[in-house]
Amino acid sequence: MTVALVLVLVVVGSILFHILSPWWWTPLASNWGYIDDTIIITFWITGAVFTAVVLFMAWCVLRYRHREGVRAAYQPENKKLETWLTIGTAVGVAAMLAPGLYVWAHFITVPDGAAEVEVVGQQWQWNFRLPGEDGKLGRSDARLVSFENPLGIDPDDPAGQDDLVIEAADLHLPVDKPVKMVLRSIDVLHDFYVPEFRAKMDMVPGMVTYFWLTPTRTGTFEILCAELCGVSHGFMRGTLMVDTEQDYRAWLQGQSTFAQLSGSRQTGMVEEAGQ
Amino acid sequence: MVDATHRAGGVIPPAEVPELELYHPKSWWTTYVFSQDAKVIAIQYAGTAMAIGLVALMLSWLIRLQLGFPGTFDFITPDAYYQFVTMHGMIMVIYLLTALFLGGFGNYLIPLMVGARDMVFPYANMLSYWIYLLAVLVLVASFFVPGGPTGAGWTLYPPQALLNGTPGGQELGIILMLVSLILFIIGFTMGGLNYVVTVLQGRTRGMTLMRMPLTVWGIFTATVMALLAFPALFVACVMMLFDRVLGTSFFMPALVEMGELTSHGGGSPILFQHLFWFFGHPEVYIVALPAFGIVSDLISTHARKNIFGYRMMVWAIVIIGALSFVVWAHHMYVSGMHPLFGFFFATTTLIIAVPTAIKVYNWILTLWRGDIHLTLPMLFALAFIVTFLNGGLTGLFLGNVVVDVPLSDTMFVVAHFHMVMGVAPILVIFGAIYHWYPKITGRMLNQQLGLFHFWVTFVGAYAIFFPMHYLGLVGAPRRYPELGGTAFIPESVADLNAFISITAFVVGFAQLVFLFNLIWSLRYGKEAGPNPWRATTLEWQTPTTPPPHGNWGDERPVVYRWAYDYSVPGAPQDFIPQNDPWPDKPLTRPA
Ligand code: HEM
Ligand SMILES: [Cu+2]
Ligand SMILES: [Cu+2]
Repeated sequence: MTVALVLVLVVVGSILFHILSPWWWTPLASNWGYIDDTIIITFWITGAVFTAVVLFMAWCVLRYRHREGVRAAYQPENKKLETWLTIGTAVGVAAMLAPGLYVWAHFITVPDGAAEVEVVGQQWQWNFRLPGEDGKLGRSDARLVSFENPLGIDPDDPAGQDDLVIEAADLHLPVDKPVKMVLRSIDVLHDFYVPEFRAKMDMVPGMVTYFWLTPTRTGTFEILCAELCGVSHGFMRGTLMVDTEQDYRAWLQGQSTFAQLSGSRQTGMVEEAGQ
Repeated sequence: MVDATHRAGGVIPPAEVPELELYHPKSWWTTYVFSQDAKVIAIQYAGTAMAIGLVALMLSWLIRLQLGFPGTFDFITPDAYYQFVTMHGMIMVIYLLTALFLGGFGNYLIPLMVGARDMVFPYANMLSYWIYLLAVLVLVASFFVPGGPTGAGWTLYPPQALLNGTPGGQELGIILMLVSLILFIIGFTMGGLNYVVTVLQGRTRGMTLMRMPLTVWGIFTATVMALLAFPALFVACVMMLFDRVLGTSFFMPALVEMGELTSHGGGSPILFQHLFWFFGHPEVYIVALPAFGIVSDLISTHARKNIFGYRMMVWAIVIIGALSFVVWAHHMYVSGMHPLFGFFFATTTLIIAVPTAIKVYNWILTLWRGDIHLTLPMLFALAFIVTFLNGGLTGLFLGNVVVDVPLSDTMFVVAHFHMVMGVAPILVIFGAIYHWYPKITGRMLNQQLGLFHFWVTFVGAYAIFFPMHYLGLVGAPRRYPELGGTAFIPESVADLNAFISITAFVVGFAQLVFLFNLIWSLRYGKEAGPNPWRATTLEWQTPTTPPPHGNWGDERPVVYRWAYDYSVPGAPQDFIPQNDPWPDKPLTRPA
């Protein structure tokens, strides 16, 4: 009795918790509503299976509890039942996998017009780089990192001179424009994660990784690191603002290029040395 | 002790008698300490695993103190927090679960269940334990060296694991961790070869493969998998040790450490992840398959009904074992590996759900039309089905590549793997201990204490880990010592965290009651008799309980039937032992 009751309570409690608890995902701010939809499909299918199996178990415990003089049935196999259960499960799994793979195909196909934005992770701050007038990011290499050149941009690559460098400051993105987030790290693994965007991807030293999204509403969002990167991993935060086109232009005006920055830092060094 | 070798013209050819004499222990030391008896080795393995597991349990309290009440306990610095989390995870997965299932249950049950006198290579078996103990001691030593143990996370991902900025990265912590793992794998291999060869070569007459209890199938398949998977971890550890000690760059690209360019260059951090998870995913099943096997036998015995679809169950174990070698990169969907891999690994991962689901169906179909005795082993088995089902279903979220993207590296993952490979197998371990303790000690565990332990553990563990999924849905990342003032995380999350922590302390306390029961019942438990559950499998048919060295007295049993002849129509009692030739004669023994 108690056991069957507790099993029923586990099911009912889990469903009520799911419906009533205040803990649910944050409102979406990107085009990845598809991902939310796939999660919802998965919740329905898995929830139904969980409910059915546990309730059936509860019923069995109640109905077939030991009673004096009653023996269990002797039934080693039941081909038909086993086959149907296998087919049913395969169908349920396919119903989750198909939309999943469909959305994944979207997720990894960057649309042609996407603007590139580079994120450079470092213990424990976020840096960013935007291509300049030429629309191209210059070459980079962790071996070139220095005080004057914190992102390791190749000074000999002309494409890099006009890149906008944003060191440990906020990143802005224009709303409704697809962006390809190009991800890099100069030290250890990190992971660029903005919960409202749903997307995330590791940043790996020695490699360039990416994902894409279209921000769908303006606002201020928190960037978290989602891959353990040392003791301050939990405190590696950044801020990302999604702006209207106009605000975005205004912000862009205020940023400095790699050429400007390395120039000023070098003169700064010389002045310091001269004092 | 009854000695088989003294029976002239018995099962053992006279020419071999002197050799067998050598094998019997001659002193207290060789009987209880440097023992070659699989049953003693099993208890040594289990005792050591539970002792170090207790450390891991206490570490989980420290983790939960911090997460439930951030900022309250000054001694839990971020450094310490990461060390606790890393050691907790590593100990639980490797040094507790793997060692307990294979070294503990494997050693105790395989020879008895297949009707062997012992493992095939008893000396290597003994070495296996002592090397395991050494591995544990090296691990424990890392708590006491300058800098403390590594805090790199149980996944030990380089480059971070080898650098400043991670506890133990440039100190001894990571080196001791790698050495300990290498030792563990060496020790395991010696035991593992034993389990495999014993199952293949040591079975008694009549014990065909398809008559073996599922417990043996589960442990056997898991061991084969472990023998294939651990080498990947082994080479990863050796290469990483070289990177750290000799300055090679297997896993280290050119990178900057605390503002300084290191001398490394050209290595691949992702290569390590592939090696780690090529081991790490099968590891999940190395823990799960013995649990599957054991729980099948618990359900069948205590529901007095044959396991439903035995052949399907065996094939499901084997297929799951094989498939689990081609799904490893589902742990790496957001690692930056080539995105096309996502299609392949999501498909293989979801395919595994089918044989896994079949196992769940067959367990509950075994209950269906059964004669269910709600004994402690049965209760734990039921609880296992609930938690395993729950954890398996959330695996369908994380396996389905695009759904994993928002959830990976969040508390959802932590909740998922605790349900499926933390709570579920541990419930089976408890069920198994309540089930086999009478054979091992001759006494029953106390029922009242057991019921308390069961209810608190089952309900408590569910209450800890079910809500935790929702922290991950909210977006709370894992491996954060505190969430801080994060705008998208509602205040109420702090209350949930406090609730989880308090529940965790209660559940932890119940484990101490269990340990007390283990010790108390040794003296004061009810006498069990040879076969208190009226079970069919061979270990319950030994002439002496607990079984002595050599297990079977004069003659090894001969097997006439599969392991699941419960409630056979026409039989005078509701179980027929595997070594009973009925209806050709016996079956007169008292039920
Ligand atoms: C009452 C028992 C347990 C509690 C309360 C508990 C709690 C926790 C918590 C709070 C974390 C850290 C989450 C984070 O911030 O990342 C954690 C990590 C972990 N736990 Fe447990 N745990 C328990 C038992 C187990 C068991 C039985 C296993 C065996 C599989 C296990 C395996 C792990 C692993 C592998 C990690 C990940 C470590 C890492 O991130 O490097 N735990 N546990
Ligand atoms: Cu991080
Ligand atoms: Cu896996």
